[in-house]
Amino acid sequence: MTVLEESSPPPEPVGPPDDQPVIDVRDLRMRYGSTDVLTGVTFAAHPGEVVALLGPNGAGKTTTIEILEGFRMRSAGEVRVLGVDPARGDERWRARLGVVLQSWRDHAKWRVRELLAHLGSYYLPYSTPQASRPWDVDDLVDAVGLTPHAHKRVNQLSGGQRRRLDVAIGIVGRPELLFLDEPTAGFDPEARREFHDLVHRLADLEQTTILLTTHDLDEAEKLADRILILAGGSIIADGSAEQLARRISAKAEVRWSRHGERFVHSTTDATRFVRDLFRQYGDDLEDLEIRRATLEDTYMALVREVESGRSGTALRELSGADR
Amino acid sequence: MNPMLAAARAGLVRGGIEVRHTLTNAQDLWNYLFPNLIFLVVMFFMRNATVPGTTFSLGARTLPSLLGGGVAFGAMVTMMMTLALEREDGTLLRAKAVPHGMLGYLIGKVVQVAGMTVVSSVVLVVPGMLLVDGLAPGGPVAGLTLLGVVLLGLVACLPLGAIFGSLFENPRNLGVITLPIMGLVAISGIFYPINGFPTWLQWIGQAFPIYWLGLGMRSALLPDELAAAEIGGSWRHLETFGMLGAWAVLGLLIAPVVLRRMARRESGSAVAARREKAMQRTT
Repeated sequence: MTVLEESSPPPEPVGPPDDQPVIDVRDLRMRYGSTDVLTGVTFAAHPGEVVALLGPNGAGKTTTIEILEGFRMRSAGEVRVLGVDPARGDERWRARLGVVLQSWRDHAKWRVRELLAHLGSYYLPYSTPQASRPWDVDDLVDAVGLTPHAHKRVNQLSGGQRRRLDVAIGIVGRPELLFLDEPTAGFDPEARREFHDLVHRLADLEQTTILLTTHDLDEAEKLADRILILAGGSIIADGSAEQLARRISAKAEVRWSRHGERFVHSTTDATRFVRDLFRQYGDDLEDLEIRRATLEDTYMALVREVESGRSGTALRELSGADR
Repeated sequence: MNPMLAAARAGLVRGGIEVRHTLTNAQDLWNYLFPNLIFLVVMFFMRNATVPGTTFSLGARTLPSLLGGGVAFGAMVTMMMTLALEREDGTLLRAKAVPHGMLGYLIGKVVQVAGMTVVSSVVLVVPGMLLVDGLAPGGPVAGLTLLGVVLLGLVACLPLGAIFGSLFENPRNLGVITLPIMGLVAISGIFYPINGFPTWLQWIGQAFPIYWLGLGMRSALLPDELAAAEIGGSWRHLETFGMLGAWAVLGLLIAPVVLRRMARRESGSAVAARREKAMQRTT
């Protein structure tokens, strides 16, 4: 890493080069009193990536994201966000982040457009020829689909509209890195879909790196390039939805019946097993059914296992593509 | 543009917007007008009573005192309340997530509270002048004194309000501070001259900025003869500016430390935990 002289001009906030991760967390630990919440979290996020931090409630997702945002001190471990230790992040560093926390009730009397224009004005000094800051208010209001509500008071918005305003506030400074903590909690399916579209647009058009937390596997699958499963204080799985599905749902269950008697067999190669079945029994085979465990089944089993204290086996099972 | 300058300017704009929100919101407006309405009624009934030892209208003496008391109480209590409430609803956390947002937030808050204090004072003075006789405003010296006392009084009281507001996690516990402040108003010669009180009580009253704000206002708005009715028979300008200045210095020294500590502790889970507690209380 280059060491900058005090007197040298500040580096342009253009983001780290592609080979350097936007987020780099190594052996992050957090302890409240005598309770260990995080027991060694390690992961990285690269420019333009959408990463979902998935885990059951109380797994430490919010704690992790708050440490990365610089809102909470960690107990131990190495953390770099945009190349800076969040515990020492200055305002220039802060200007490159977007933060959407869990539900707010603030600025109830402000009007949508008024609030975005106001909060945007703090980012004016950070504008560069590559990225003009802040985001044009009307474009932004439009991007989050709030144009019909631009002149409404914040306390007149519905839950979903309010959340979209939160996202608009999070991205008003055109951040290089956006944190979304449980972004769709309390959304109806329609609002959720619109929100997912918005996140895709941000990642594709703006090349924003996004770290989001969720306890909803389906959401993680839809949004993220990569899913990190956080349970028992550490990351127990790391990979794309396909990779995770392939790895942890390798076994399939084959059910059939013969002469009215039912059979169940668990196998890693269902196709070959069924071929053998047909060769052996031919027309006697009835009610054939092959069930592959869904990602969700496996995720639930995994989390349950970690929570009941047998994290060792889970880690062994997953060690393959983990690190 | 310098980022801190941009944030400071955003803060000024913010204060203006929030004053406008208050002025266009019936509930808020009522909260500001209602106490003044009561004060005006009190003054109306006091207009025929006289300041002890003189023939001067007690109502006319009370008006400037109330102005001073209003500035002190408004600056301290409103600042404290909004800080505690806006910490609970996440406004402060939002400010923290924006570059130099805390600076902008605090400047905005000062502008808002000071602005509303001035609005509130005007609402009291204009009808008050019509209700009671004997005020002797005017003259550049009186005007400068008035301005000086209000400004210094705000600088003395706003940081105190900010300190109290930062110390309390839960806005519903603020009574612990509000009640003693009300008690202080009672012994600060706002509604009734404190000359008649026991000496020890007079000393307590004079130790705090509320008394001096009231005295400063009286010195600016009442005829000079009335100085005879004050402690020491004088307006004690030197002491007034000295005491208010001392409180201002003390507040400005402590407030940044306390505010920084409070801001550092703010996080999403802290706001969520507070909301949860508040919900439990209401259900």
